[in-house]
Amino acid sequence: MSSGPAQNASLALAKRTFRTRKMRDSFYVIVGLSATILGMVTLSALVFTLYSDGHERFTYEFFTNFPSRSAVKAGILSAWVGSLLVIVSTALIGVPLGVTSGIYLEEYAPKNWITAIIEINVNNLAGVPSIIFGLLALGLFVYVFGLGKTILTAGLTLALLILPIIIVSTREATRAIPGSIREAAFAVGATKWQVIWDHVLPYASAGVLTGTIIGIGRAIGETAPLVTIGALTYIAFLPPSPISLEPPFVNFDWLFSPFTVMPIQTYNWTSRPDPAFHANAAALALTLLCTTLTINATAIVLRYRLRKRIKW
Amino acid sequence: MNKGLLGAASVAGLSAAILVGFTMTASAAETKIITIDGSSTVFPISEAVAEEYQAANPNVRVTVGISGTGGGFKKFCRGEIDISDASRPITGSEMTACKAAGVDYVELAVAFDALTVVINPANTFAETLTVAQLKTMWEPAAEGKVTMWNQIDPSFPAEPLKLFGPGTDSGTFDYFTEAVNGKSKASRADYTASEDDNTLVQGVAQEKGGIGYFGLAYYAANADKLKAVKIDGGKGGVSPSKETVIDGTYNPLSRPIFIYVNAASLDKPEVRGYVDFYLDNAAKLSEEVGYIRLPAEAYSAGKEHVANKRVGTVFGGKNEVGV
Repeated sequence: MSSGPAQNASLALAKRTFRTRKMRDSFYVIVGLSATILGMVTLSALVFTLYSDGHERFTYEFFTNFPSRSAVKAGILSAWVGSLLVIVSTALIGVPLGVTSGIYLEEYAPKNWITAIIEINVNNLAGVPSIIFGLLALGLFVYVFGLGKTILTAGLTLALLILPIIIVSTREATRAIPGSIREAAFAVGATKWQVIWDHVLPYASAGVLTGTIIGIGRAIGETAPLVTIGALTYIAFLPPSPISLEPPFVNFDWLFSPFTVMPIQTYNWTSRPDPAFHANAAALALTLLCTTLTINATAIVLRYRLRKRIKW
Repeated sequence: MNKGLLGAASVAGLSAAILVGFTMTASAAETKIITIDGSSTVFPISEAVAEEYQAANPNVRVTVGISGTGGGFKKFCRGEIDISDASRPITGSEMTACKAAGVDYVELAVAFDALTVVINPANTFAETLTVAQLKTMWEPAAEGKVTMWNQIDPSFPAEPLKLFGPGTDSGTFDYFTEAVNGKSKASRADYTASEDDNTLVQGVAQEKGGIGYFGLAYYAANADKLKAVKIDGGKGGVSPSKETVIDGTYNPLSRPIFIYVNAASLDKPEVRGYVDFYLDNAAKLSEEVGYIRLPAEAYSAGKEHVANKRVGTVFGGKNEVGV
C-alpha cells in the first residue's frame, strides 16, 4: 500500500489505454456501418431507379410477348426462356464435371507437382475474364466441333466459366468433413468409393450446392462470352420443347436451337434512341436482378436445411 | 428427401411446365430459318421487317444478330448467314473474302440515314459548320492541338472543345471519317468514344462546349436536349431532315444503308419472299424506326436486281460518300 502514487499512475495508464481501445472500437463500428450503408444505399438507389423507370411495363404481356419494334408491344419471352435453358444446360454440364474433378483432386489425386500445377491453374481459371472463355468457345465449340451458335455451345461455355467455382467449393466442402468420419467408415471395411458416396458427398452437399448456385448466379448475368459465340438479338420463336406428349416424351432438340438471353436484350433496349425502350430495359434489368436474388435465396434456404440434417 | 429439395424440385417442375406450355404451340409445322446479322444501325429496320414478315408467314422464322457491319460481313463471307446488315458498302478486303469462299451477293440499299452533328443547346455560335471546319476538329492532325472552339474559327469564343463520337468498329465512324477527313477510319483519337449513342447524347447535353455525331434517329429522340448543326457543304448551311436528305441538299453526311443477300440463299423461297417483302415495306418501316425512305425507284430497282440475281457491288470496294 506504500506505493500509492505509482499505483495511481499505472491505474491512469490503464484507464488511458482502455479509453483508446474503446475509441478504436467505436471508430471501427462507424467505418463498418458506413461501408455497409454505402453498399445498401447504392443497391436500393439502383433498384428504386429501375422500379420507377420500369414498373409500368410489368404486365402479363411483357413476359409472354416476343421483342418488337414497338416498345409497348415488346416482351421478353424469348429472352427469359433462352436464359432459363442456357442455365439449365450450364448446370447439367458444369455440376457433374466440377463435382467429379473436385472429389478426384481432393480424395484420389496423389499429392505431387502435377496436381499442384493443376490446383494453381484451377484457381487462376476463376479469375480469367469471361470474354476469353467466349473466344475459346467460338474457336473450339462453334468452329472445330461444329456445334454452331446454339444453346448447347452457350451451356458448354458457361459451364467452363463456372467450373473453377464448383471445383473449389467442392474441395473446400470435402475438406471440412472431419477425418474421424472417414476413418470410422474405413474401420468397418468400407471402400474409398463407399466412403465418398455414403459419407463425404452427403455431408459436402451443402457446400457444393452453395458453390453451384453462386456459379449459376454469375453465369445468368454473363453477356460477353455469349455475344462472342453468336447469341442473337432478335429472335421471335422458342426452342423446341424439351418435353413432348408423344414418346419418347423427352428430346434434346432445344440444345441445338438459336437463342438470346436477358442481358443481351437489356443492352439492346438501352442502346435504342426511343426512351420508351429504356423503360423496357429497366423492367428487364429488374427481372434479372430478381432472378439472381431468387437463386441466391434458394441457395441459402437449401444450405440451411441440408446443414440441419448433418448430425456429427 | 427433405422439404427443401422437394421445394426446389417443384419450382423446377413448374418452370418446366410453363416452358412446355409455351413451346408446344410453336413446334407444330416444319419451319424454316432465315439468318441475318451485322450492323446495329440497320438492325431496327431488319427487326421491324422480320416482325411483320413472321406475322404474315408463321412457318418462317427470322433471327437478327448484331455484330457490327464488319462482324456481319465476316460471317456473311463464310456463308454462315443469309443476309448481312451493313451501314456502309462492302470493302475491298471483304469482297476478296467473299470471293475466296465462293459467296456471291446481291447488294440492296434499304433506307437513308442522316449523320447528325449535334451541339449543346447553349452553344449559339456554331449553329452552322462547314465540312472544312469539321475536318479541322476531327482530323488526325488535330489530336492534342485543337482543343478550343476559337481554333476552329477566330469569331468563336475561347470555349473548351469537347468531342464525342462512336467507337472505331462502327460503320458510322467509317462513314463520317471518310466524308469529313477524306479517309475512312482517319480520325483523331483523343475524343470520348462510345458504342452506345445514348452515352454520346448525354455527353453533349451536359458539356457546354460539346460536339458529337450519330444517326438522325438519336437526335430526333433527344431534340429537346441537343441542337443539330446545319452542315455547309459549299452551298450554305443545311439542317438534317427527311426533306433535305431526299432532295440531296444534306451533303455529304447523308448515307444509304444496305442489306447484302447471299445469292445462293435467294434460291430458297423463304429468303426470296423475305427480301421482296423487305423491299416492299422498307419505305414505311424504315421511317417508323427513325430512318428516311429511299425514292420509290430505288426499291423497284432493288426488286429487279433480286429477280435477275444481279450480283456484286456498285461501289467498287471503296467507301463512297454522297451517293
